[in-house]
Order: sequence, then C-alpha cells, then structure tokens
Amino acid sequence: MRSIGAWSWLMPSLLGVLVFFLIPFGVVVYYSVLDNPIFANFVGVDNFMNLFRNTAFLRASRNTGIFSLVAVPLSVVLSLWLAFALNARIPGKSWLRTCFLCPLMVPIASVVLVWQVIFHYHGTLNQVTELFGMEPVDWLKTNWSYMVLTVMFLWKTLGYNMILFMSAIAGIPQDIIEVAELEGAGGWYKFVHIKLRYLSPTILFVTILSIISSFKMFREVYLLTGDYPYESMYLLQHFMNNTFNSLDYQKLSSAAVLLSLVMIVIIGIMFLAERKFGEDVED
Amino acid sequence: MKKKLHKHLLPALLFIFAAIAAVLFIMPTVLTITNSFMTEKEISANYGAMIESASADKKSYISEELNLKFIPDMISIQQYIAVLFKSPDYLLKFWNSVILVVPITLFQLAVAALAAYGFSRWQGRIREMIFFAYIILMLMPYQVTLVPNYLVSEYLGILGTRWAIILPGIFSPFSVYLLTKVMRRIPKAYFEAARLDGAGEWQIFWHVCMPLTRSALLSVGLLVFIDYWNMVEQPLILLENEAEYPLSVFLSQINSGDVGLAFAVAVVYMIPALLMFLYGEEYLVEGITYSGGVKG
Repeated sequence: MRSIGAWSWLMPSLLGVLVFFLIPFGVVVYYSVLDNPIFANFVGVDNFMNLFRNTAFLRASRNTGIFSLVAVPLSVVLSLWLAFALNARIPGKSWLRTCFLCPLMVPIASVVLVWQVIFHYHGTLNQVTELFGMEPVDWLKTNWSYMVLTVMFLWKTLGYNMILFMSAIAGIPQDIIEVAELEGAGGWYKFVHIKLRYLSPTILFVTILSIISSFKMFREVYLLTGDYPYESMYLLQHFMNNTFNSLDYQKLSSAAVLLSLVMIVIIGIMFLAERKFGEDVED
Repeated sequence: MKKKLHKHLLPALLFIFAAIAAVLFIMPTVLTITNSFMTEKEISANYGAMIESASADKKSYISEELNLKFIPDMISIQQYIAVLFKSPDYLLKFWNSVILVVPITLFQLAVAALAAYGFSRWQGRIREMIFFAYIILMLMPYQVTLVPNYLVSEYLGILGTRWAIILPGIFSPFSVYLLTKVMRRIPKAYFEAARLDGAGEWQIFWHVCMPLTRSALLSVGLLVFIDYWNMVEQPLILLENEAEYPLSVFLSQINSGDVGLAFAVAVVYMIPALLMFLYGEEYLVEGITYSGGVKG
C-alpha cells in the first residue's frame, strides 16, 4: 500500500522521462547498430567505425576535447582559489560575490555584442596589445579562438563553481585544522591533506558540472560567429546540427550513443578517483 | 614584525586581485547597459566597422577601429524607442522566449515537486535505481539528449512546433534531483506528526512539505529559468519556423543591420534575468549550494 503511494507521486515525472528520454534513447541505441531505419539490417559496429573515419566528427570531438581539457581544470582551480580568497577576511565580500555571480544570470546573447567588439580584429583587445607593441591577432579566426572560448567559459562558470566551493569550505571541520596546527602542520600540508580531502566530493561535482557546461559552449560560438565558425571552433554541437540537417539517423544515433558512453566512463573514473582520494573523510 | 606584515599584506593583495577580477566580471554587462543609451549614430560610428553591410552604405563617419566606449557622448533613449515602437520583430521574439520558458519552468517545478516527494518520503531499491538513472540523465549533454527528443517529437507529430521544446523541458530531471535532496533533509518527525494528526498524504505534501521547501522551489526555479532563457540548441534543431525562434537565437542575427538598436534589445532581454538575480541572489546562492555533492 505504502509502496503504491510512492509510485503514484513519481508517475507524472517517470512517464515523461520514459516517453521523452529513456524509450527514445533505446530506439537511438537500436538505430546505431542498423544500416537504416527502413530495411533494418543489423550491422554491428559499422556505424561507429564510419564515425571514426568521419573527418568532421573527428575534428568536432578533437576541438571539444581540447577545449574541455584546458577550460575545465582552469575553471576548477580558479574558482577554488576565488572561494578561498572570498573566505579570507577581506572587505566587501558580498559585493564581490554579486559581481562573480552576475554573469550566470546575464543571458549570453545579451553580452555577445561586447565580446564581439573586444575580440574583433580592429577591436579593443588588439588596441590594448598594440600599446605593448604586439602584432594584432585575429582572435576569432585563428587558433587563438580557444583562448577566446576559455575566457568566455570562465566568465560564465566561475561564479557558480565558487559558490559551491564556498559552501564546501564552510563545512570543513575547524577542530581538525586546529589539531593539525597544534601538531605543527604547515600551510601546504593543511591544504593538501585536510582541506582538499574534505573538498574532494565538491571538486568531483564541480568538475562534472564544468564538463557539461563546456559541452554547451556551442551557444557562445554560435552567437559569436554564426553557423560557420573558424575550424578550431567547430564543436560537437555543430556536427550534430549538420547531421540533424541532413537527417542521417545512423550518424546521429551512433554519435549520441558514443558520447553517452564516453560521459559515463568519464564520470565513473572520476567517482572512483574521488573515492580513493577522499576515503578517510567520508561522512 | 614580519609576521604582522604578512598578516595585513596578504589580505590586502587578495582583495585587490579579487576586486579587479570582480570589476572585469561585471564589465560586459555594464558596457551593454551604458551602450544602450547611445544614439544610433554614435553606435554606428563606434562599432560600424564590425558590420560590413553597415560600412558599405556609410553616410556618416565610421571609424576603421572599433571603439569600445564606456560612457555615451549624449544619453538618449532613441534605441529603446526604436525597439519598442519601430521594430515589432524584437518584441515578438521576446514574447516567443516567454511562452517557451515560463511553462517549462512552472510545470517542471510542479512535476518535480511531486516526484521529489515520492523519492524522499519512501525509499526502496528500485526507486533508488531510478533516482540514479535520473542523475545519469541529468549529466548527459544536449548532444546526447536532443537525439531522443527529436525522434519522439517526430513520432508524436509535434516536431517543428513549440511543444517539441516545452514537453521534454517539463520532464527534465534536474529539478527532481535538487528538490529530492532538499526534501530528504526535512526531519521525518514532521511527516509522522502530521500523519498522527490524521492528515492524508496530499495534505502532508501541501501543508507540511511545500511550505518547508518554498525557498528551494524559488531557487531551483531561478536556475531552470536562466538555463532555458539562454537556450540556443533546442530551437535550432526542434523548431521549423524561424518566426517562432526565441530572442536568444534571434539576437545573433541582429548584426546584419540593426546594430543601432542591438544594445537596447540586449538590455531588454537581460532585464527579467537581472531583476530576478538582484531580488533573489540569496535564493540563487541557496539553490547552487543545494546542487553541490552528487551523493544524495
């Protein structure tokens, strides 16, 4: 009886998730091993093999991967630093917090004009670097575009991550730190062996969240450069959009399945790493 | 002596660094707002070089260099008048955003509140497994979830309409996850006491659980709202008619001619989000804090 009660509360959400995500995802998996939806011959991993030979897909995954590898660790480290900085005794904390959180709530589309002016060939950044005698750079149409993306990514994500770290830092038990200090532990020891360990679940979470946000950078790129960006800004979502346009179900579904597997592996590895590193301090 | 210097110098340096970073962080927003009060002429003089079509038929002086300006020469609401009265397109796109985002936010909260109550009040093996599946689904990027969304919209015949965005949005597992975590923190004794007083489950949900989670609902609502207010991927793939595009997508096409009023449109678009932020910053912080830690 009680159990039936539980299910009736879950029903609306569960039905929706089944209909809009899980069942069609099953279909996606099914499509990914067929030659086409009409004749439906089983072809095993052929679609995946084709994907690995597809230059557009390779470029898109490479660009997205490189970007995430650079931007995500930077975002985690900088936001952790900011959180410690704002936790120290400095004036105007709440004012600073507001400034760092603000980009989270400002629609990307609204500030994209300012970014364009800054990173344009005749724009602000080149005017500044020129003062220091540097050659102008076409930020959006060379490999420097990775840097532009990273700046925009940090701008968007640092505030959110910082808040997560601040609440985690507040949860580190002070008595352990005091005991360590009494026993003569140095600042570095306290940081690595006590604080980081207590923060490790949050570091894990922030990293996963940042990876997901890094997959959303398509928004910025699209708003900044439209459908056809410079090739180092050709991201996975561009590939998906093009594949949607040509309605290549095999490519779409095998790409989606592959990506979901990669995400699950990444998340799994990080969970294991966190469990190992933070094992003594689990509550 | 050395120790004392250390004690004062370090926080001071920290503060200076943090303050500079903070100013840089709000700069793009502030610049967008101040630039929206320039006259169209001043805008095209400063930024005309960015838009090729604008520099082609130049009548007024357009500088070759882009000139990012902080304070307008002359404060004017010309851009806003143009947006409000002369270019109904932008208001229409703004409305498109509203009719996509408001139903998604409200119904996602409603569905999620019910499910979270179910997940937090009764725990069982199968339900724990389902909750775990929700977490995995929540962590999947759009590049994965849009494909099933597309297939099902096609099957249901809603592909190309707003429903193809709204319906999957309502059932997104994000707020189920957050609200479940919040509700699991409510002491069991509250529910038991209400039960002993003869309250039914619905009454417990409505009169005990909901009042206790009100601030959490607000903060989750804020996060959901801003996520969908920013949407770009879904309309590009799931909508057919460009007339139904939300302003978030349409703003990228603005450059081709209307740069003179682009900043005002940008400001109009950020007003709802910015107001929510300024009034609800505490809720937003609370909501982000709830979301921390993947383990429920």
